[in-house]
Amino acid sequence: MLFKKYPTQKHFDEMFDNEHNCRPSYSGFKKGLEKFSDKKLLQLQYSTDKAQKSMGMTFNVYHDSEGIEKILHLDLVPRIISNSEWHIIEQGLQQRIEAINLFINDIYHDQKVLKDKIVPAEMILSSSDFLEPCIGLDPPKGIWCHITGSDIVRDDNGQFYILEDNLRCPSGVSYLLENREIIKQAFPKLFASLGVRPVAEYPSMLLNMLQYMSPGENSTVAVLTPGIYNSAYFEHSYLAQQMGTELVTGQDLIVDNKKVYMQTTKGLERVDSIYRRIDDKFLDPLAFNPESMLGVPGLFEAYKAGNLALANAPGTGVADDKAVYAYIPRIIKYYLDQDPIIENVPTYICSEKDDLTYVLENIADLVVKETNAAGGYGMLIGPKATKAEHEKFKKLVKDNPRNYIAQPTLSLSTVPTLTDEGFAPRHVDLRPYVLYGETIEVVPGALTRVALVKDSLVVNSSQGGGSKDTWVLFD
Amino acid sequence: MLSRVADSLFWLGRYTERAENYARFIDVNFNLSLDLPPGIKEQWEPLVSATGDKNHFNELFNTNYSRENAIFFLAFDRRNSNAIISTVRYARENARIVRENIPRETWEVLNDLYYYVEEACKKKIWKKEDPKDCFKKIKSQLQLLNGIAIDNVPRTQGWHFSKLGQYLERADKTSRILDVKYHFLLPSVDDVGSPLDFLHWIALLKSVSGFNAYRRMYGKIQPSSIVNYLVLNRYFPRSILFCLINVESCLHEISGSGPGYSNQAEKAIGNLRADIEFADVNDIFEIGLHEYLDELQQRLNSISDYIYDQYFKIQSNFTQEF
Repeated sequence: MLFKKYPTQKHFDEMFDNEHNCRPSYSGFKKGLEKFSDKKLLQLQYSTDKAQKSMGMTFNVYHDSEGIEKILHLDLVPRIISNSEWHIIEQGLQQRIEAINLFINDIYHDQKVLKDKIVPAEMILSSSDFLEPCIGLDPPKGIWCHITGSDIVRDDNGQFYILEDNLRCPSGVSYLLENREIIKQAFPKLFASLGVRPVAEYPSMLLNMLQYMSPGENSTVAVLTPGIYNSAYFEHSYLAQQMGTELVTGQDLIVDNKKVYMQTTKGLERVDSIYRRIDDKFLDPLAFNPESMLGVPGLFEAYKAGNLALANAPGTGVADDKAVYAYIPRIIKYYLDQDPIIENVPTYICSEKDDLTYVLENIADLVVKETNAAGGYGMLIGPKATKAEHEKFKKLVKDNPRNYIAQPTLSLSTVPTLTDEGFAPRHVDLRPYVLYGETIEVVPGALTRVALVKDSLVVNSSQGGGSKDTWVLFD
Repeated sequence: MLSRVADSLFWLGRYTERAENYARFIDVNFNLSLDLPPGIKEQWEPLVSATGDKNHFNELFNTNYSRENAIFFLAFDRRNSNAIISTVRYARENARIVRENIPRETWEVLNDLYYYVEEACKKKIWKKEDPKDCFKKIKSQLQLLNGIAIDNVPRTQGWHFSKLGQYLERADKTSRILDVKYHFLLPSVDDVGSPLDFLHWIALLKSVSGFNAYRRMYGKIQPSSIVNYLVLNRYFPRSILFCLINVESCLHEISGSGPGYSNQAEKAIGNLRADIEFADVNDIFEIGLHEYLDELQQRLNSISDYIYDQYFKIQSNFTQEF
């Protein structure tokens, strides 16, 4: 009954193939779900919304004058991934993060990759994310990008592509964990019968990693947040709570003799390892942006002196740039002598002459992205935009080609999603989380973001996106 | 524990206690108005006076002490930083700051309460003929918070900081509710000891949920016994002495110090607790109940300041030299 009206379509659907046959990964779920009435499902969706609100799983919306707290809508239908497909994702990400880490280390040391002209030197050295104070720096254990969350999409043929590498404090992992708790409660029996790989160990994996990074014998860990008005504050406090560490703001920390301390009711207490959720440039007003009120004066000196671990390492952002992204397959080849396990989405780099010409001529078919913007801002979706918008972006790109890249419009895969008209296909992406400590680990789960508006491809939470729980099956 | 976190836990305790007391005040005064003999007008001015925000009220409402204005001001007026809607919001903000330090249920109940009060405000509850249920619900949610804490929070520093805030606030509020009686106007001097006078005293006991317990202990409604009960009783959890004993023991738990004192806050609370512990009702009436309570409130304020200096004040890392 439930899926009778569900359309087959030209896009890859995670649940049904082109002939409307249920894919094997979803068959158990479908069977279980069919025992629910439409009414019951709507009730479950209602209590899901309520649970989120009462847990305070809210984020503040930027660009919103009222600064309202919103919940990230969580859809009932999970995105299910078979173990064999997960294996590809896992290996692909491990390979990619290993190469990116070698790349960042090279950039701040010998710059061989630039000398060998694999990546244009000018592009890196002119990037505002290339931090000169980090040159020659050896972060603890040689690791720069400890915590990452790459965005992965699937095209019409079911092929996975990496869409973006989020190396700068990617958020969303708390949703991965909390979504699981909520959906598990919505479908307790169904969930138990399918054999879903657990994700609950993420906080301890994160804590182990942060303690492993700690340079000294002690390993007091803290999470550094900009404060309660940050859109991801819920996540910061959630992770601190789950790890049992202190959640600190810049004002709680003080640096003395190149060592970092928290101000406690019993005086100063040393901190060894910080998971910072503050951007590089706001970390330390003495080393970076002098205007920053969020950071801690002297923090970078303590880090340089080897008295503190910071995750991710300052300077990591240099590899998280939509222009650098285009070179990652070559970077993998260069450092690991391997072909990428998961491909990039084909990308045109506007600062390269031929690519620029192509982009300007074909702007109506392309997605144009600002290289430094996040969250779906500063973006043009060619086929959905008006003539006037095309012209506006052509001018923007021409005036400042370094700031833009372009990609063909990808049709993201869809997953059935509960809407006012029953289950309907909605486009999704996938953000798994990778931790780089003693080993590179990928949590068997992900944040699946879903564009709730029909046919929309924009999954960002700030622009009408929601989320789904992601189930990786044991087999 | 981080100083900033201790500060937030302390205020979380204070604000939830304040909100609960305001809900009690309104509920009881509303009940009192139902019991009044014909011809006697309900009085909301005493309640507003007792909260210490009378001037602010007069500015906003031009001394019009209608029930509607008073309930709005005490519960839903965002311009009043002590109104329930404000204190619940501050409590939630503080809870948010220290979320990783409190039980998940505490956060969830407080968060739900926040949405409930916002909703009640949207529905303009103060205009309703009978807004009682709303305040009952607020009160019981806040009691639920206390219950959750008792069974879930480890008795470490965080617990003592939030209890410290709670008991300091409660001592202050019990003194204020007692002071309401001072502000209640009787039609004439002859009405002292009249049924109306009794009604006032009973209402007062009810507002601190102390009516039944008082009855068992003293039987008769007598001003001196009531003052004895609410100020000097060692066992009633809302009496001022009970609160002060707890404030003192929280402070000693936090510092780990034994008898005597190890900082200014401990010294001040020790003095205050002793003054009250060794007073009797006659000492209070000699000074005058209102004057006695007034001084007490000031001493509580200075204890709060000492606690801030001792535990919450942090050094600005921006003024440091390198």
